[in-house]
Amino acid sequence: MRLVRYVLARIGFYVLVAVVGSFFALPLLWLFTAPFHPQATLSVQLPAQPTLANFAAVFRNTFAVRALLQNSVIQAGGAMVATTLVASLAAYALARVRLPGRDVLVYVLILFSSVVTGTAAMVPIFLLIYNLGLIDSHLGVIMVFTGGLLPTAIFIMRDFVAGLPRSLEESAMVAGAGSWQILRQIVLPQVRPGMMVVAVWAFVNVWGGFLIPFILLRSPDKMPASAATYSFYTEAGTPVITLIAAYALLYVIPALALYLFVNWRYGFKFFGGIKS
Amino acid sequence: MVRRDQVALLSGRMGLAFLSPALIFIILFLLFPFLWVVVISFTDRTLLGASAVSPEFVGLKNYLALFNPERWMRRGEFGYSLYLTLIFVASCVAGQMGLGITLSLLFFHREGVLKEVMYTLVTLAWILPEAAMAFTWSAFFDRDAGTLNTILGWFGLGPYDWLLDYPLLSIIIFNIWRGTAFSMLLMSAALGSIRPSYIETAMVAGASPWQRFRDIMFPLVRPQFLTGIVLITLWTFNVFSPFLLTQGGPAFQTEIVAIHTYRVAFRFYEFGRGSAIAVVVMLVNLLLASVYLLSQRRQGVRFR
Repeated sequence: MRLVRYVLARIGFYVLVAVVGSFFALPLLWLFTAPFHPQATLSVQLPAQPTLANFAAVFRNTFAVRALLQNSVIQAGGAMVATTLVASLAAYALARVRLPGRDVLVYVLILFSSVVTGTAAMVPIFLLIYNLGLIDSHLGVIMVFTGGLLPTAIFIMRDFVAGLPRSLEESAMVAGAGSWQILRQIVLPQVRPGMMVVAVWAFVNVWGGFLIPFILLRSPDKMPASAATYSFYTEAGTPVITLIAAYALLYVIPALALYLFVNWRYGFKFFGGIKS
Repeated sequence: MVRRDQVALLSGRMGLAFLSPALIFIILFLLFPFLWVVVISFTDRTLLGASAVSPEFVGLKNYLALFNPERWMRRGEFGYSLYLTLIFVASCVAGQMGLGITLSLLFFHREGVLKEVMYTLVTLAWILPEAAMAFTWSAFFDRDAGTLNTILGWFGLGPYDWLLDYPLLSIIIFNIWRGTAFSMLLMSAALGSIRPSYIETAMVAGASPWQRFRDIMFPLVRPQFLTGIVLITLWTFNVFSPFLLTQGGPAFQTEIVAIHTYRVAFRFYEFGRGSAIAVVVMLVNLLLASVYLLSQRRQGVRFR
């Protein structure tokens, strides 16, 4: 009786795992077969003779290449650098300066960035960027993303800065090191893992972001890969499926690689349960 | 003697200098839009023409138009999009929390390749770029070639034209797929923090798995469960990615509030009316955020 129940429980477990697993795996399957199929359709077919011709076709499309290798890199890279630097400075200052209520402040800011989201703030953000003369510019996109990501970035950084022993900085100060020296030689090496995490997190967020560039950019030669992918399958008349599939895979790879890297290096931790 | 924590490692001025770039960004791109959108919502501002240069104050006109009882529940109007959003959010929250708890219970106190693979899959669905994921899902949903109909065909079902005939259900399924990682990670962490002895005691006492969950585990993770519900509600209420799958159509059947705002503001360039919608959205957001803050406070969580 006990054995029967045990076997039944195991079977139930595997059936449930298979069903839930299929739900998460099957939609992704197509993305990994179609790009290698010479005549890909919207169905999942294992190509008899896998080909890289679809990728070659992508690289002959200047709009696609510019969006992926230039515009997305500039926008995600720019926002990554800005977010990481600004958040690190702020997090360090918050950890080392006496400021009443600073913990509540960061907390409320994070929540506030969930209240003023892209959706709710798209009109004022658009008008602000419009009045600054930054519509259709990389800088406008970078700044808006940085503003939105900062509260959470500061929160993540604080976890790393809070773990730093003050004693090292104190002894350096006693030894007569200047503020910049302390920062560069003592603090920076210790918070580097935190900066890496924030940088990867910011990059992946902007790399995948669609709404902000979609609203703020006009000309096709500034579009990042997210907007390019979208325009490929909505505006191009009859979409060339082979091309879009290959492009979508190329576009996904950096995010996938960074996730695997972070997972391997630091473990995919769960920073305060916040993801914007 | 100087007390240790009185040694300032950063002078006040340096500290301010370090903080100011972050403050400028946050004031400019979070606080200012938050206030400005309220101002715009009382004007007839548009993108071009006279009302772009010198918009006029129109009082509550935009709000009255939104809640005009004669029109507001028609397709493509604000009330209808609120109604769709209600269904969308409620279904997504239920689906994501349900799946998240199921996953975290399935792999509770279990390690191994199966768990790694599953958690990686679910997490990837969450973090991979939405534009690419929406396109793979439109392939998955395709009437003639899509994987979903192929599989249903094995059981003699379908084919269905998912995005045309069941558009709201389609974006709900898509969004559950994309968002389950959060509740899964949250609930796994919560369940992982339960002392093993509690569960062992219950097992010794002969409690069935369901009893163990209902009487021991769930009450212990209820705070995180409620936190998850509030946060997922807040995020789902603002999610724009279904736009990539359906553009709000067909015939406004998937025009949730986020997409409605976009259409009013950026297809018709009615910034005044778009802002009025945004203000309503932000009020709902604020309400949800306050519920979250209050619940955290009641749990006695120190604001870290």
